[in-house]
Amino acid sequence: MNRFYVVLTVVAVVLGITVFMLLRTGGGAPAAAAGPPPTVADDGFRGYSLGQASAPVEITEYLDFECPVCATFATVQLPTIKEQLINTGRVRWKFRDYPLPIHKYSRFAAHAAQCAGAQGRYFEMQDQLFAHHQWAQTGKDPSSLFRSLAQAAGVDLNAYDACMQAGRYAQRIEYSRKEGDSLRVDGTPTFFANGKKLDFRRLPGSDDFKAIADSIIAHARTPKPRS
Amino acid sequence: MRHRQAIALLALVGLFVALYLWLHALGFGGAIKCGASGGCETVQTSQWAVFLGMPVAFYGVVGYLALLVVALAALRPTALAQRRWNSLLAALASVGFLFTIYLTYLELFVIHALCRWCVGSAVIVTLTWIVSLLSLRSPGIRTDPAASPQQPGPRV
Repeated sequence: MNRFYVVLTVVAVVLGITVFMLLRTGGGAPAAAAGPPPTVADDGFRGYSLGQASAPVEITEYLDFECPVCATFATVQLPTIKEQLINTGRVRWKFRDYPLPIHKYSRFAAHAAQCAGAQGRYFEMQDQLFAHHQWAQTGKDPSSLFRSLAQAAGVDLNAYDACMQAGRYAQRIEYSRKEGDSLRVDGTPTFFANGKKLDFRRLPGSDDFKAIADSIIAHARTPKPRS
Repeated sequence: MRHRQAIALLALVGLFVALYLWLHALGFGGAIKCGASGGCETVQTSQWAVFLGMPVAFYGVVGYLALLVVALAALRPTALAQRRWNSLLAALASVGFLFTIYLTYLELFVIHALCRWCVGSAVIVTLTWIVSLLSLRSPGIRTDPAASPQQPGPRV
């Protein structure tokens, strides 16, 4: 065989093995961050909150990052709610994770948000994950996209990578999901107002939450009858 | 002949670079190996990573494969003396080179991120293009008349 073809064959084999190894070790969604942890521990964390601590109404939202309705709510309804209720000091909004088992990457996305949160960028990462929600429709491994979104959210990627590889917040997310189970969360998004579960027949908007906040604030102001 | 061999070798290396990027774009293998800069992810997840409905890397795979096949075809003993293969290789390399200029412009001035794999491919395409131009200027291969099949002579 001509020496050139021998060289060409050797190069092809070496490059083929290299590409295979690169794809094999390319990371993927780190199992530690993508799957449920073997044990669950309460680290005392009760969700990231928007709004003033003194707000009379606390809405807790159980969300799944892969859920399209959650994405719609976050991108369409929540900005108005922020403007009208949260920024005005009437409502404090708390986010809890409730990754649904039918969604392959929701737990992984929740973990990405928590790793961003460790660097003070939870809300920025949440915005990125919901604003670029096409990742939830493709079914592709979103690890590289999430890194890119984390970078756009101002997250230090070295710390982010270490956090994701270690699955540092896997137990926290699982604790939140179990908490949701105990509160009879049966889908996402599910809302609680000052601990009371809210039932909506459709995706609620700012008017719904305004009415709820008004009602709670009015009841709180009603003087108790003298005994 | 050396030029055609060089083009075949460069096309083979470029083919695997493009293949890796294409397979990554299809969702194989998770995070791209690209260092900590994140430039590859920025480029690969940008709106420019898809051209006419297909990942840009797919066109790289097709282009490099075409160059490799043509270069190997041009290396057949019967094709060695035919200069039209040099023209075909130069034409293919020029198309790839122009496409690479466009992609590099996007990286530098639109996306503002550089992907190391894309830079590697750009270097390969540029070298291929230069070699293909040099092959156009090189003298044709002289064939040994003694080795060529004998022409039928006049019958006696």
